[in-house]
Amino acid sequence: MFRILFFLSSGLFLGWSLGANDAANIFGTAVGTKMLDFKIAAVICSIFIILGAVISGAGASNTLGKLGAVEELGGAFIVALSAAVSVLWMTRVGLPVSTSQAIVGAIIGWNFFTNNPTGVESLTKIVGTWVFSPILSAIFSFILFFIVKWFFERSKIHLLRMDSYTRVGLVIVGAFGSYSLGANNIANVMGVFTTSSPFADVNILSLFHLSSTQILFLLGGFAIAVGVFTYSKKVMMTVGTNIFKLSPVTAFVAVASSSLVLFLFASEGLKNFLISHGLPSFPLVPVSSSQAIVGAVIGISLAKGGRNINYKLLGKISLGWITTPIAAAILSYISLFFMQNVFMLQV
Amino acid sequence: MAKLFMNRTKQLEEEISAYLDQVSRSGLIFYEAIKSYILDDKDRFNEKFVTITKMESEADEKRRSIKHKLYTYMLIPESRGDVLGLLENMDGIVDCCEKTVERFSIECPEIPEFAQQQFLNLAKFSRKAVEEVVKASRSFFKEINLVEDFINKVHFYEHEADDVEEKLKRTVFQSDIKKFSRKVHLRYFAEKISTISDEAEEVAERLSVYAIKREI
Repeated sequence: MFRILFFLSSGLFLGWSLGANDAANIFGTAVGTKMLDFKIAAVICSIFIILGAVISGAGASNTLGKLGAVEELGGAFIVALSAAVSVLWMTRVGLPVSTSQAIVGAIIGWNFFTNNPTGVESLTKIVGTWVFSPILSAIFSFILFFIVKWFFERSKIHLLRMDSYTRVGLVIVGAFGSYSLGANNIANVMGVFTTSSPFADVNILSLFHLSSTQILFLLGGFAIAVGVFTYSKKVMMTVGTNIFKLSPVTAFVAVASSSLVLFLFASEGLKNFLISHGLPSFPLVPVSSSQAIVGAVIGISLAKGGRNINYKLLGKISLGWITTPIAAAILSYISLFFMQNVFMLQV
Repeated sequence: MAKLFMNRTKQLEEEISAYLDQVSRSGLIFYEAIKSYILDDKDRFNEKFVTITKMESEADEKRRSIKHKLYTYMLIPESRGDVLGLLENMDGIVDCCEKTVERFSIECPEIPEFAQQQFLNLAKFSRKAVEEVVKASRSFFKEINLVEDFINKVHFYEHEADDVEEKLKRTVFQSDIKKFSRKVHLRYFAEKISTISDEAEEVAERLSVYAIKREI
């Protein structure tokens, strides 16, 4: 058991950092502008992240599996650790980073090391989605902004009542955003462990059935929740007051749009529904919630007339699509070499 | 919980509305008081003076209660500062109305017949500026896109008041009133009445900024 936990620790650490950083994308403005109390936000965020991870986490995780199925726990440990260290390192040097990009790079590093062919189709799908997700988020927020504005101008709702509605709205989109984050990003945290999962399926009072993967995702969800509770407040205060400077209503638009994007790229149910109705579906790929929210904010800026768009930030994000996976891949390759040749462990 | 939250919101909405009613009424009572004074109806003037004094202290109390509730219930964190600023500036209007009537009551200026209509007009334009600024404030809470229309009206009435004030002062100083001190005294009262429309315009200026900030 101790050995299993040790190997899972890198994934759990990645989960912790995801919770610490990404919860702010969902509840940052609400908490930063004091529309919601941090404790309430943290409880909602944690519950829905765990639900999203356990209920809808499998889709995006399968895509990662197709990119490279890490069969040994030791290998999965190194892949997740390389991703976590890359995220930490790039955050320290001030480059925008996403766990999704780091984990993909680390898996490719593993593919190279084990001479496993990288699924070109999956890779194209994943990279295409990274570029597409902020754009889609911008489109959603652009449209939603005008809907909300139209509603505002005609509703004649008192400022105070609007404040109550906005709070309720922020809680609802926050819960949806947390669910989507859990569903989409649990693949980054625990996806590499699914092939080598040490757990057996569990039946709780014959009512709930949890597969071994779902148990992994539950653990990962808890790690994210710990990240939310222990460290996200600081990030929320920064996001809420310094970087984006959104009003509570525009925050509602931004969070709703980015959450929808994360959900589209995570929900198997929605994918099946779209396919069954002959509609184009979205690939189930882990995407970056930070980039989705940046896309949404840009959409709002465009809707307001295109002022104050931070093109430097856009450049940095595009750079992140290349630098993060490469850094994680190199780190993963070197660490796997050490794991196999120095610690004599199967990877 | 949600119901309790909504009840608090509703209660505060009503309090803000009642406060704005008070401001509007103080403008009306101010005008009636000046009219009674000019028409030499002393009883009615005294009655209006008592009413406006009482109204001023009630408005203060209402404003304090609203401020207290906005902070304790943690409502509208984003626009709380603006709302409180707005209410405080509105309070300036009520104070100004009350103080002007009080000055009439204490100093009892002698209004010559040729200046009576101009004084009445000046008081009327000041009252109208107050009425429009109250409408602008109500719109700020409920119909943000109408704020600018009412603010334009405030500017219009303030300008009209300025015009009347200037003409009144010229009339007074060109008249055959012998005592210079009496002329100065009349000028002082013309300026005092006109200050009410200036106060209304100041609130309107602030409101215009608050309204831009409230746009999503």
